[in-house]
Amino acid sequence: MAAGYYTPALMKPAPFDYHQARSVAEAVAHLGEYGYEAKILAGGQSLVPAMNFRLARPAVLVDINPLDELDYLEEDGDTLRIGAMVRHVTFERPVTEGPTGRILTMAAQHVGHLPIRIRGTFGGSLAHADPAAEWCVIALLLDAELSTRSPSGSRDIPVAGFFQTVFTTALEPDELLVEARLPKLSPRTRIGFQQFSRRAGDFALTMAAVALESDDGRVGNARIALGGVSDRPLRASEAEQALEGQPATGESFRAAAEVAAREIDAIGDIHGSADYRRDLVRALTRRALEQATAA
Amino acid sequence: MSERTKAEVTLAVNGRSYRVRVEPRRTLADTLRDDCGLTGTHLGCEHGVCGACTILADGQPVRSCLMFAVQCEGMDLRTVEDLADGDRLHPIQEAFWENHGLQCGFCTPGFLMLAAGYLEQNPDPDDDELRAVLSSNLCRCTGYQNILKSVRQAAEVMRG
Repeated sequence: MAAGYYTPALMKPAPFDYHQARSVAEAVAHLGEYGYEAKILAGGQSLVPAMNFRLARPAVLVDINPLDELDYLEEDGDTLRIGAMVRHVTFERPVTEGPTGRILTMAAQHVGHLPIRIRGTFGGSLAHADPAAEWCVIALLLDAELSTRSPSGSRDIPVAGFFQTVFTTALEPDELLVEARLPKLSPRTRIGFQQFSRRAGDFALTMAAVALESDDGRVGNARIALGGVSDRPLRASEAEQALEGQPATGESFRAAAEVAAREIDAIGDIHGSADYRRDLVRALTRRALEQATAA
Repeated sequence: MSERTKAEVTLAVNGRSYRVRVEPRRTLADTLRDDCGLTGTHLGCEHGVCGACTILADGQPVRSCLMFAVQCEGMDLRTVEDLADGDRLHPIQEAFWENHGLQCGFCTPGFLMLAAGYLEQNPDPDDDELRAVLSSNLCRCTGYQNILKSVRQAAEVMRG
């Protein structure tokens, strides 16, 4: 960060034109007109700080806060449908029965602080694509499918191809993320969520979310998603395979955590080296697996 | 920036209506201070980290540096100026005074509004819950223990 960021006069956004969308159609029409010049304003808890620093200087803001049509939670058979404008705070209590509601609640507690959770949105977090964002990791863990609208129609994007790199997704400049669909975990799925950050409420240096079944003492359907370690959230697929069919014991979990630490391509930055992050992956993956299978 | 790019916005703050002309980029925090003259709301970091600018929007604590005034038409906004009833301090203010919940006072308006918004919806929090909520804002003087004590006492008084 340049020293200038601490000069008070610079802590104001650059000028922009403001459009308050009254419908999804109107919002995407603005996106169609302005393309890369425009940014969607959802909760604004990441975008507005970036604008205050002038790291982001959109010429046009399209405010979708008035769109109640994007603020819904619906259970559709085995799928939980989350409208893009559902605020983080909504997930502090389980929004659905079973492990899916529980892991959303576990993750929600780590999203910023209360005033941030009151404004910030589920869809905004996914579209922003911070590699250390809880919802991005959870969406990846649950194999979410994302729906978009644009002036030319709508599109469904599997989460596996959605996150491309830091703050970069498969969304086109004229596309609005409107819904995330989370296939619900089976009732017998066990879950764990662990993260490490230097101060409460900070973005995590590393986080691990896991889901597995272990009915007969052996691991089935193991999933491990990691955040904060790379330029995007990742699934530790080799570690998942290594766990499959293994006894659900501390020894297997240690071995799988070792595989996870080896397979990921960790980044190093001012907050921690790549080696340090690999150590965190090893520790947090093991703890999340143990948390999942504890009583 | 030409005059025509400004927008007319009516804000409902502390039960009063303020008609202001602001550029879209004007944050709610700056609008409250500079256009409404309500300087009780303080600006610390201006990027959502410190919480000094916390106010209530429709009863919920929010960072006013992360919202634009043009977004806030129709919202019920409350700032620290609304807490006291004339010369009578709000129980949260009383409690901060009695328990040394402030030293320099810069962060205090944010903490007061954070506590007010939280206690109105959660009148009987335990200490763990209070710690989690109070970790939202930064204070560089008190070490937080007296703030925790203050909010705990205020909760008791407000429960009656």
